[in-house]
Amino acid sequence: MNGIPLLTWLIVLPVIGAMIALVSGRNARVVAVMTTMAALAVALLVWTKLPADGSIGLVERWDWAPSLGIQYHLGADGLGALMLVLSAIVTLMSVDAAHRVHRQPGLYFALVLLLEAGLFGTFTALNFYHWFLFWELSLIPAFFLIKLWGGARRGPAATQFFMYTMAGSVALLLSFLAVYLSTGSMDFVDLAAMASNGTLTQQVTAHLGPVMPWLAVGVLAGFAVKVPLAPFHTWLPAAYAEAPSPVTMLLTGTMSKMGVYGLLRIALPLFGPQIAQLRTPLLVLAVVTVVMGAWAAAAQKDLKRVFAYSSVNHLGYCMLGIFAIAIPAAGAAVRASQAAALNGVILQMFNHGLTAAALFWFIAMLQERSGGARGIDDFGGLRKPAPVFAGLMGIALFSSLGLPGLNGFVGEFLIFRGVFSLSWMSASISVLGLLVTAAVILTVIQKVFSGPVDERWIGFADLHGGERLAMAPVLGLMLLLGLLPQLVIENVNPTVEYLLAHWRFQ
Amino acid sequence: MQGDLLALTSLSASAPAPHQAWIAGWLWLIPALPIVASGVIALMKQPRRTAAKVLSIGSLGCSLLLALVAFAHVLSGWAHGQAVRETVNFTWLQVGSSHVDLGWVLDPLAAVMLVMVTFVGLLIFIYSTGYMEHDENFTRFFCFLSLFAGAMLGVVISNSLLLLFMCWELVGLTSYLLIGFWYHKPSAAAAAKKAFLTTRVGDVFFLLGMVWLFAQTGTLLFYNGGVGSMEALKLGELLAAHAGLGLTAAGAIGLLIFAGAAGKSGQLPLHVWLPDAMEGPTPVSALIHAATMVAAGVYLIARVYPLMSAGMLTGNTTVALTVVTWVGAATALFGALVAVAQNDIKRILAYSTVSQLGYMMAGLGMGGVAVGMFHLITHAFFKALLFMGAGSVIHGCHEEQDIRKMGGLKAEMPWTFATYSIGMLALSGFPLLFSGFWSKDGILEAAQHWDVAKGPFYMLVGGALLTAFYMTRQVSYVFFGAWRGNGHGHGHAHESPAVMTMPLAVLAFFAIALGALGTPAWPWFHAFLEGHAAEFSFAGFNEPGLLTLMASSSAVVILGLCLGWWIYGNKSPRAEEPDALERAAPPVWAVLRDKFYFDELYGATVIAFYHWWARAADWLDRRVWGGAVTLVTLMFRGVAHLSKFSDTYFVNGGFDKGCEELASGGGLLAQVQSGQVQRYLRLLALAVVLLAAILIWSSRG
Repeated sequence: MNGIPLLTWLIVLPVIGAMIALVSGRNARVVAVMTTMAALAVALLVWTKLPADGSIGLVERWDWAPSLGIQYHLGADGLGALMLVLSAIVTLMSVDAAHRVHRQPGLYFALVLLLEAGLFGTFTALNFYHWFLFWELSLIPAFFLIKLWGGARRGPAATQFFMYTMAGSVALLLSFLAVYLSTGSMDFVDLAAMASNGTLTQQVTAHLGPVMPWLAVGVLAGFAVKVPLAPFHTWLPAAYAEAPSPVTMLLTGTMSKMGVYGLLRIALPLFGPQIAQLRTPLLVLAVVTVVMGAWAAAAQKDLKRVFAYSSVNHLGYCMLGIFAIAIPAAGAAVRASQAAALNGVILQMFNHGLTAAALFWFIAMLQERSGGARGIDDFGGLRKPAPVFAGLMGIALFSSLGLPGLNGFVGEFLIFRGVFSLSWMSASISVLGLLVTAAVILTVIQKVFSGPVDERWIGFADLHGGERLAMAPVLGLMLLLGLLPQLVIENVNPTVEYLLAHWRFQ
Repeated sequence: MQGDLLALTSLSASAPAPHQAWIAGWLWLIPALPIVASGVIALMKQPRRTAAKVLSIGSLGCSLLLALVAFAHVLSGWAHGQAVRETVNFTWLQVGSSHVDLGWVLDPLAAVMLVMVTFVGLLIFIYSTGYMEHDENFTRFFCFLSLFAGAMLGVVISNSLLLLFMCWELVGLTSYLLIGFWYHKPSAAAAAKKAFLTTRVGDVFFLLGMVWLFAQTGTLLFYNGGVGSMEALKLGELLAAHAGLGLTAAGAIGLLIFAGAAGKSGQLPLHVWLPDAMEGPTPVSALIHAATMVAAGVYLIARVYPLMSAGMLTGNTTVALTVVTWVGAATALFGALVAVAQNDIKRILAYSTVSQLGYMMAGLGMGGVAVGMFHLITHAFFKALLFMGAGSVIHGCHEEQDIRKMGGLKAEMPWTFATYSIGMLALSGFPLLFSGFWSKDGILEAAQHWDVAKGPFYMLVGGALLTAFYMTRQVSYVFFGAWRGNGHGHGHAHESPAVMTMPLAVLAFFAIALGALGTPAWPWFHAFLEGHAAEFSFAGFNEPGLLTLMASSSAVVILGLCLGWWIYGNKSPRAEEPDALERAAPPVWAVLRDKFYFDELYGATVIAFYHWWARAADWLDRRVWGGAVTLVTLMFRGVAHLSKFSDTYFVNGGFDKGCEELASGGGLLAQVQSGQVQRYLRLLALAVVLLAAILIWSSRG
């Protein structure tokens, strides 16, 4: 550590921004843009300062409430830092897309910035106590953003979203309390070390009896809701559809990653052997998430619901990779497959966040121009009046489809590479998801952009200069990461190797 | 960042062999030039037609020059008696302690293909400047066309199955974009989607084959100094691994990769997209759906031939090659049968392409790389010629595509007629003079000597008869007889401009001349690909049975031509009259005209299944999972009510009220709505605190 508590600054920055935004009324968006840009700069700085061996760096650790074993403990490795960068990018995109918020802009952008602070906290906290605070802190702004600025049926959607994730959080909290009572520690690093040498299970069993599998289930439930994993995903389509599109960008781009992150930071390190025992049913759920998510997307008529289910499908690949990794076997071949899958999962987290946020950004633009219409059958032939719109959204759509040369492909390829040798059956069934997703996305292109122009949309405005400029870096990043994924893998792979060396599944 | 990024992308990372020729090191320029041109055109403003034209043609012209240099390099190596195979490999990704490598290769197979793709491509680019002259999206057309050329050339030079797959998918994307180029036509948009999805069915198998190969051998490079996946060491490992069902891993992976090739190359049962792809502009049909892209599947099989043939004993076959052979032969016959009963000038050629791709696959399966590839090369020239001739006809007839509404065009379009006739005779395999005869005969000869089964031989001979027949039918309808279309007298059709007819003449020359490279007297092409010296000697014809085979296949072709001429020649049936064959055998005709009902079959099975599952997934979500959630929520509410009201109130009023709410609430999920999050929150917080307190207290105690 070099004196400057970079991670604390990163978390505090949006909080300060939120307070300024709250009182700056109409100028709140400017404040939010500046804050998120600064946050992105800090996050990128963090990304360049990671330790080369993949361990957790930039550590800040102070006693907070020593009698309770609570420490203020922050740190970042390749996984956490990548999520910081992703959160910063997506929040910036979301703020950019939200230029039509007229009602209480101060409050709106303050909540968005608070959400960002919650995300930064979640991705850096290493002590359960304040990690959980951040985890819940991000939920509350999201709830109000849906509830106050959402669509017609925002009430039920927001409540369902809140209740559902809350129920998951309670399960998580209870499991962690049990762990704390048995070990006296809430520190992820310490607990992971105990799990790694097998003492965690011993201590919990000694204190509370053979409850470890149940604790694993509780933790899994908390994360499964957040990701989501079928069948805990039913809150998602309504929440994604009813939230204003810029908020949906945050939900899918960043908050869904909290669940995957939690699985990698908490569930697998602490409950490896228990998850390995549950591997088969979990893999079944992951495959169901992949395949049924894609197919459910095919049945939707509302574009936002289409992409909501498509997100379920894409995150399903992450789940598939994670559960396939949890195999109680050793050897160089297994390790190579695990490394491929885990790199793929982390890459997929980033790529899905970027692509899904971009897609909902385009939906926001579409709704803005169509007076709120977003049915898949409402449009037709938009490529004629808005060729640039169609072209740029086409890039994002093909990225989502997993076209090689764009970012989406690499993660999926690595996941399938790893999963195929760890569980060939689930990989073989899951390719159906690739096929159905392609059908869904091409149908969207066909119905929205091709065919004769609907007379309602003859005057449909193409993207103007500012909008093109806003999206160009994002699409450029998609292309760049599709061609040179090593840019990300470079920092991720050491962490993958570090994690795999410390996890145990038997 | 810890690593030096530039090192990853630059060539220096792979330390090329010291004696490596510069052209091998710079081979990547051949695909890169058109791709860069495409990117530049994409960023240009629409009206800059000349710039787009010059950039596309210029970049592909440079690629052609480089391809010729590469070819000359391989040729000179071969002339000095050494088999050239130079590779440049580099690390793309570091994953765990292993890495994912990409690379490119220059060997006879790649060199031949590079020259063909750039040369035919260039002619079609030039032709397109005339054909697409009046299209409002002229620049975008050349943007896509250049991207296609680059991706296709990428497929050709790949030394890594992964790089090949990536370029392969890009080729699929550009094919999608170009089929749907006239996107305002719903039929074009649908055809584009169908093409992408049908080929993607094959591609997911290809992907599985690829990850399997990667997992099994630890590399996706084809050639890498002895440890590539197509080299003896790794092939031995693959043969030793069992995959169930009596297959070795080599056989199973070979079959999965073949599924990908079958999708791209329109083999049964994944051929359905190719005829529909004719919705694209005709130059696209010529370039992508006749000459190059559809041949990518054949090229892929040629590229992974060591894998496909792994474990083969002399004169024997492998499971993978047997499947390739039978699928190819069946496709050859099927395509020819359907082509007989089509009336759209481009669809006849499309089914003809399906059929000829079947010949190539069968040739690979039975005769090896050189036999299949020779037909690929000759076919590329004469089929591009035919498509561009068809485009010229369509252009001249004011976008008419129905051959029944043409006729007598040989007078109005002499250049088109002359060149088209050459293409038609080459495709039919007219003896001795035309390249198609020699390349097809190579396949028939291999089929005759295939000792596994004789079925493919007879299927291919039947296909040859039909090919001569349906091409004669088409030419008779279009160029002979009297004009049957709209309008009367002269002026109903016109010859195309020189920018379109000159490429036709060049292709026609090659449709004849290329045959000289693959005769039994001088099998130059085979010798070049297989790396041994070629000698000119008429003794090549002395092989037992060869002359008989040539004579009988010539007889079959001439029989087909005569039959066609006898039925259709110089007659002028009115457009609405039923076809001569239709009158003779209506039910058979109906089956052929409706393409053996493949589209209907898929509509009733695959597509119905897709929609059924979509509805099922949606229903499960709304009713089953959503219902379970509602149930839990209702229980929660019950507990809340319990805590709030007395038992009496709950029993007397609460139940009725709950039922009312259920009845009036509409969607079940709406039941969750009450706007009273505070209450839930309070309850939850209370419960959590309580539970925590109990836990802490109990553990302390």
